[in-house]
Amino acid sequence: MQTRPTVTLAQFQDAFSQALFEEPAQAGTAVAALVAQPAFAVYRNTVAKGCIDALQANFPAVARLVGEEWFRAAAAVYVVNERPAVPSLLVYGKSFPTFLRAFPPAGELPYLQGAARLDRMWTEAHVAADAAALGRSAFATLDPDMLGDAILHPHPAARWAWFDEGPVFTIWSRNREECADEGDIDWRAEGALVTRPEDAVRWTSVDAAGCRFLEACAQGRPIAQALDAALGADPDANLVRLVSGLLESGAFAQLTLPSLNER
Amino acid sequence: MAPVVTAGLGLKPRHHAEASDCPAAGLWFEVHPENYLVDGGPRLRWLATIRERHPVSLHGVALSLAADAPPDAAHLRRLRGLADRIEPALVSEHLAWSTWRGAYHPDLLPFPRTNEALARISSNVSAAQEALGRRIAVENPSHYLRIDGHEWEEIDFLAELARRTGCGLLLDVNNVFVGAANLGFDAADYIDGFPAAPVMEIHLAGHSRDPSLGERLLIDSHDTPVSEAVWSLYRRLVSRIGPRPTLVERDDNLPEFAELLAERDRAHAILSAPVARAA
Repeated sequence: MQTRPTVTLAQFQDAFSQALFEEPAQAGTAVAALVAQPAFAVYRNTVAKGCIDALQANFPAVARLVGEEWFRAAAAVYVVNERPAVPSLLVYGKSFPTFLRAFPPAGELPYLQGAARLDRMWTEAHVAADAAALGRSAFATLDPDMLGDAILHPHPAARWAWFDEGPVFTIWSRNREECADEGDIDWRAEGALVTRPEDAVRWTSVDAAGCRFLEACAQGRPIAQALDAALGADPDANLVRLVSGLLESGAFAQLTLPSLNER
Repeated sequence: MAPVVTAGLGLKPRHHAEASDCPAAGLWFEVHPENYLVDGGPRLRWLATIRERHPVSLHGVALSLAADAPPDAAHLRRLRGLADRIEPALVSEHLAWSTWRGAYHPDLLPFPRTNEALARISSNVSAAQEALGRRIAVENPSHYLRIDGHEWEEIDFLAELARRTGCGLLLDVNNVFVGAANLGFDAADYIDGFPAAPVMEIHLAGHSRDPSLGERLLIDSHDTPVSEAVWSLYRRLVSRIGPRPTLVERDDNLPEFAELLAERDRAHAILSAPVARAA
């Protein structure tokens, strides 16, 4: 036992945490003697592997699209600048889709960022709060005159996105489901809705009008305005089919009426 | 885990159904709470299903008690929420750090055992126990590095931590074996000198070698059965301090549930032997 510590705990932790991601030669003096030991690699490997494994678990469709080797190499680059911010790896990788957009080797894969967003939407749906999904019967008790003023509240697990860049949802769902590629893909913009009405995460395609409708509902706008927004995206949208489709997917948790003094 | 002192198993998602249905007497399960710090969804329901039939222990890996900073308040709140929901038989953590200046490093990182570190960790353990409304058990870590500047032997450090905070201790026998091999101390001496009274739980696990990091380095890999050398240290410990709740950990290279249960039964038999009960 030495009697005089050479560094404070904070100095030690500054140097150690930095050395985990640096070349050994760059290690600060507070940990130089540790980094020089072969066993330092145990910590270096465990930390990097923990982060990369978590990304691979959280972005399985992306990993399948690019292959494990490519994925882990990209993840290793991401990890250096984006260490986990919360001590639970279940939700690690929030900015991974944005990282992929700017990652030069992904430049030839225009659908990759979108696929990563969808994997992220799956994770968010998986861990979201529980709520019963609203069924179509919710409208049965509502006075039809009040319908336009009522507000549909998205389910806590519902996530949706519109992909202008191409058939991201089709590409993603084929890889997420690990099914063999079946036939050609129409190269056109697509939307996706991810829900978890009960335990299992589900996904379905949704058109531009549906995305606009969901967006308006999420902003707390009444159904009449949300339908207007949907028609703004597609003047020919079948509104009854749109709303019942979203309800069937479990996109909503609540239907409320504005209180009298707000109307 | 009072009043019944039995042996348990780390819970793996792949074994969920068998684990839930297993009728073995006294069987309990341990999970990493970080995998269940969610707002809702299937994970919490899996855990609740297990909890309906078996005691559950929460073994944290991310509280970062040895960081020179208070434990993350939001993380503690979520942990408290899970504990209130699951009503664990025991909550434990590690004598290690992982979060530093906002970044989480998924490992159990070492530090020099100084007076300064003892004061900081005591304060962190007290803060955690207060926030969780529970006594926690703190686990001895595995060691790989020779660190200069220790002012305390680990056993004395842990005993003093328990004295200052009232926390319990979790003695991981495999960590002792791995650290002894890597740093060159005597594992039996460590086991014999470990303070008996605060021990709330014992861990057993397997280790392996990583030749790429030096011929002699042992890794606390949890990917093999418990070694005979570790079983021998375990019997030595139990015959001295008496039976304590014991967990067999396995995280990688998972065998069938029955094989893990057989290891757990072996620990259970040692706990139930007259020599253990008489101690």
